[in-house]
Amino acid sequence: MTTSAIRRGARRMAAVLAMAPLVASADWDKLNLTRGVTPYSEEVYQLHMLILWVCVITGIGVFGAIFYSILKFRKSKGAVAAQWHENTLVEFLWTAVPAVILVVMAIPATKALVMMEDVAHSDMTIKVTGYQWRWRYDYINEGVFLYSGLARTSDVARQLNSGIDPKTVDNYLLEVDRELVLPVGRKIRFLTTASDVIHAWWVPALGWKRDAIPGYINESWALIKEPGVYRGQCAELCGKDHGFMPIVVRALPEAEYKAWLEKTKAEQAPKTADSASAPGVSVATAQ
Amino acid sequence: MSEAAAHHDAHHEHHATGMMRWLTTTNHKDIGTMYLIFSLIMFFIGGSMAMIIRLELFQPGLQFVNPQFFNSMTTMHALVMIFGAVMPAWTGFANWLVPLMIGAPDMALPRLNNWSFWILPFAFSLLLGTLFMPGGAPAGGWTMYPPLVLQTGEAFPFLIFAVHFMGASSIAGAINIIATVFNMRAPGMTLMKLPLFVWTWIITAFLLIASIPVLAGAVTMLLTDKFFGTSFFSAAGGGDPVMFQHIFWFFGHPEVYILILPAFGIASAIIPTFARKPLFGYSSMVYAAAAIAFLSFIVWAHHMFTVGMPLAGELFFMYATVLIAVPTGVKVFNWVATMWQGSMTFETPMLFAIAFVVLFTIGGFSGLMLGVTPVDFQYHDTYFVVAHFHYVLVTGAIYSLIAGTYFWLPKMTGHMYDEKLGKLHFWLSTISVNVLFFPQHFLGLAGMPRRIPDYAVQFADWNMVSSIGGFVFGASQLLFVIGIVKCIRGGEKATAQVWEGAHGLEWTLPSPAPYHTFSEPPPAASIEGGMR
Repeated sequence: MTTSAIRRGARRMAAVLAMAPLVASADWDKLNLTRGVTPYSEEVYQLHMLILWVCVITGIGVFGAIFYSILKFRKSKGAVAAQWHENTLVEFLWTAVPAVILVVMAIPATKALVMMEDVAHSDMTIKVTGYQWRWRYDYINEGVFLYSGLARTSDVARQLNSGIDPKTVDNYLLEVDRELVLPVGRKIRFLTTASDVIHAWWVPALGWKRDAIPGYINESWALIKEPGVYRGQCAELCGKDHGFMPIVVRALPEAEYKAWLEKTKAEQAPKTADSASAPGVSVATAQ
Repeated sequence: MSEAAAHHDAHHEHHATGMMRWLTTTNHKDIGTMYLIFSLIMFFIGGSMAMIIRLELFQPGLQFVNPQFFNSMTTMHALVMIFGAVMPAWTGFANWLVPLMIGAPDMALPRLNNWSFWILPFAFSLLLGTLFMPGGAPAGGWTMYPPLVLQTGEAFPFLIFAVHFMGASSIAGAINIIATVFNMRAPGMTLMKLPLFVWTWIITAFLLIASIPVLAGAVTMLLTDKFFGTSFFSAAGGGDPVMFQHIFWFFGHPEVYILILPAFGIASAIIPTFARKPLFGYSSMVYAAAAIAFLSFIVWAHHMFTVGMPLAGELFFMYATVLIAVPTGVKVFNWVATMWQGSMTFETPMLFAIAFVVLFTIGGFSGLMLGVTPVDFQYHDTYFVVAHFHYVLVTGAIYSLIAGTYFWLPKMTGHMYDEKLGKLHFWLSTISVNVLFFPQHFLGLAGMPRRIPDYAVQFADWNMVSSIGGFVFGASQLLFVIGIVKCIRGGEKATAQVWEGAHGLEWTLPSPAPYHTFSEPPPAASIEGGMR
């Protein structure tokens, strides 16, 4: 089994290497940061590309100078070493120019940060609570909540030597038993906290992650522009099953979201009364 | 020049033999050798843990270890590599080289020196012993964040005391280096003539003295939270889990520069030697190192942008962080300018030094990207971060340690190392280390969190590539050991100067350097400026 796995791996490796020239064009989206589906994630993407290009251009300059020196100023080619070791103008320039570039980069970065921290005028609030090892979502003022943990199919397959090929499992490790359902087009405020250890709630398509810390309530926000299913994971080491507490957001158009909310309200209304001592347990197992 | 002194020294070579020599020695060269061998052993222990990590991540699904053990591996790999491999290696180089470079007969505090080394085997026995304890080794990450770290089993107090011991050893080493450099420089060796390795080490020593006690305080508070009913970091008891992170990273960020500043010193020694040209901008190198050290104390919260700080705090730490790019850039530009119009040859130390400049700069670029707070909200705690700090630590700190080893080994052993083997080691390492770490940038950007034992299938291809790079890189390091052992056992006799372009007091001594050196200070005329 292992040798065939290695052979399979080697073939995949060969395929990856063969694709290398195409990487620049075809597969770029898989190699780069996601653009996401919120105004903030778009800002972050633009900022990421800006800094990336600044780094790439600087890198071409610096590494170009190094490789030029390696080729040109080598003893085997008869190069004679100069003895200069100072140049005030050059030193001033390579201190001042990077500083100016940093200031130019800091302006959009500051704008993006101010945008992220502005949680005012939100249309609704979701409280996210991290547990070892699942999430609880409370729809504030709606009386609706749900627990969300790793889907059964992934949980079986991820056991040590389960014998199940992860490739045969739909959305392996990125599927949950109950999705967080959200509306598109509304400014949603997220309150993140935790009940045991520190977790971090991260859906890349929203453009940010935020730590869920016991005793703290952190604020952030997202306005999802397009309906869809967006997947993420806990991003702060939280114990043995840290790798197994995914997040799935299903963003629905307003009408469908309202219908879902009413249906869930109706489901939860009687149950919360008789299971007050262990809230949520029946909901979490209800699928 | 100092041949008379060397002759004189040779008569004093009486010391205990066998095991007692090593247990009781106060000789800076013996202690330096022990530090270096210890760190090499730790490099392989930590490296074995990395191999287990890459083996499990070779393909999706869990094939070899359970998640708890995987977390122990990431935790222990970091602790062993940082506190066991890199930090003792720097102290080992300092022990060997600082007295030779400043023309001193030994370290200022030789008995403290012996003690600071011999603490380490005990510290790491405590730490590595936890692997065999019920509940396993610490698995809460090397950053030891509460409340998670408080869930550690019987290993917990061993972790805390191991960290205390490592810290005590580092502080003692740092005090010794400061005392040596400030009191024992040969006449004429003014501060602005010191070789840059000595300069960067003094700055490192001050960082150690300022930051290690902060770590000691943090882990002591963890200890009392666990066993004595305090609630420093427990929200339920009125404490604050985020406070730990502030305290930890107030140590942790200077620690990053403790690991890398001496590497700058080594690159600044090797590049001028093989470019046969004085170091460009000696004084700006010193000022840049000092500026980096200062900034390292006011950027700690960039490790925790996602904890939810006020906007003003996030802005401050972003601006301060990206500012580090300026002095770091100055250093890189200076190395490039040193090579420009030089007369370069490419022996193994130079190859590793050039690769250090290029690959460390790549790590610097990703560091700059991570410093920009709004984007860090995406990068934070992903494989992008893993790629970043392995570029600065493996191809930064470790590469310059390897470069320094090849560079000074002939001075230590009296023999030249095997150049062919060294070059093979270089090319295999440099190709594989990039196959290992470069794809991790892609994984992080694509959304793979760090510290996970298993992953979604879209991350499978690059993880496999990375693991293959990891196995080759790990195996290549065996060539390093073979090269060192061969060089100790024999080989072409090394001259005193060893390298055509070498300058500095250590190269005025015969190779191998006698057991006692500079019992009489070197003549002032032999002291050149540190730019050479």
